[in-house]
Amino acid sequence: MEIQRKVKYEEELDKQFLDVIKQMSGSEEIDRCIQCGTCSSSCPMSVYMDYPPRKIISMVKNGFKDEALRSFTIWLCPSCYTCQVRCPSNIKITDVMYALKRKAIEEHVYPSRFAIPVLDKEMSKIIGRKGRNSELWLILNLYLKSRNPLGLLKMAPMGLKLMKTGRMSLKKESIKDKRQLQTLLMALKEGQR
Amino acid sequence: MNGYVYYPGCSLKGNSKHYEESILPIFKEIGMPLEELGDWNCCGATAYFSVDDTMAAAICGRNLSLAEKINKDIIAPCAGCFLTLKKSNKFLHGQSAKAQKILAALEKAGCGYNGKVDVKHPLEVLTQADILEKIKSRVTRKLTGLRVACYYGCQLVRPFTDFDDPDYPMSLDRLMAAVGAEPVEFSGKTRCCGGSLTGTIEEVGLRLNYILLKEAKRKSADVISTICPLCQFNLEILQNKIVKKYKENITMPILFFSQLIGLAMGLPKQDLGFSRSIINLQPMWEKIGNGGRP
Repeated sequence: MEIQRKVKYEEELDKQFLDVIKQMSGSEEIDRCIQCGTCSSSCPMSVYMDYPPRKIISMVKNGFKDEALRSFTIWLCPSCYTCQVRCPSNIKITDVMYALKRKAIEEHVYPSRFAIPVLDKEMSKIIGRKGRNSELWLILNLYLKSRNPLGLLKMAPMGLKLMKTGRMSLKKESIKDKRQLQTLLMALKEGQR
Repeated sequence: MNGYVYYPGCSLKGNSKHYEESILPIFKEIGMPLEELGDWNCCGATAYFSVDDTMAAAICGRNLSLAEKINKDIIAPCAGCFLTLKKSNKFLHGQSAKAQKILAALEKAGCGYNGKVDVKHPLEVLTQADILEKIKSRVTRKLTGLRVACYYGCQLVRPFTDFDDPDYPMSLDRLMAAVGAEPVEFSGKTRCCGGSLTGTIEEVGLRLNYILLKEAKRKSADVISTICPLCQFNLEILQNKIVKKYKENITMPILFFSQLIGLAMGLPKQDLGFSRSIINLQPMWEKIGNGGRP
């Protein structure tokens, strides 16, 4: 067994992290967290998480950037907003989770074969290009990119049922004015530079 | 604004065609026919906000702009679209530098937005007192004896809770009671179905939906009535696997609330998308009586 230090020294913490996430999430209230745990107990996903939401908020507040960004928790948040409406300190917890996801993608520290960030990225790509999502093509991309062809095979019976009831189409959807969409996205990109 | 325009989103054109097929006839029947928003784009759902929130709000801004040009408020039946458009609308109303930047980009792309559009969910509109009365007066086929678990899911009532309670909403229960059905006390009514996680982590999808189906069964519901395409999809499509995994009979039809309302209003059964159900509806027809005919 390799002995590793389990506690961080203060100088290893990221002092700017709280401000960055406050700004990205639009939730100024993060440092008002009283660690009551209402979020964790309300969360339908906390039983699957490596750190429940209460801990994530504490990590953000105290500069544990690596731990927060590399956690599975942020990707397991299904955006049900239960924690957010119940938080006694009015912290926009779901929006904090979104900010952490974006930061993790920005810094390339998300689990790259994990299906959830792959789905988010692929879907955004399709919409950015075509203006509309095509369910079947999104699913195909998801399984290819997360390198899980077996998963695709397991989905086949479901796909057949959907086809039979006319609920899945092979058509690639698109808006008519794709040029407007591109102008819009370009104008935003320019503004970012 | 002068009336409403219909924003389908991807789901109502894809796996939830039966939502579109049932919601449009209802609005027509009550004298508020809905046109589809021309050249609408996808709302971006939760995915785009996880990747790039500026672009996510901007593409929603394009939809809002399209509605503003024709002087209409938006009706978005998908809870995901409803929340995403509403959230972006609020964001664009804010004074932040980011919001200003997005508005400028929209202007540049020829789809400037002045913040005049409101985003509504059909449930919110259909349960307004005068419209609810109108629906009641049109009921020709009361759903007497049908026990309905009203399932609101997450994003319709949270985080923006302007028309109902975030934890225990009642508007859908009232609507179902208005057409003669019997809403059951369903404690899972705003518990999350897992959203898109069911497609990415199966174990999660099975567990979350099992909890909901089991609770509905425990309250002896005959059917779960949903307002969201993703909820409908998850609750229905996973049933086989849930039965196999948990070895309990939790099977039940998952229908859009609009299908049940349309049925009660006497609209032709074959026009309401019931044939798209993957679950056997026969027990439900028998319960309503006479094969669902008046």
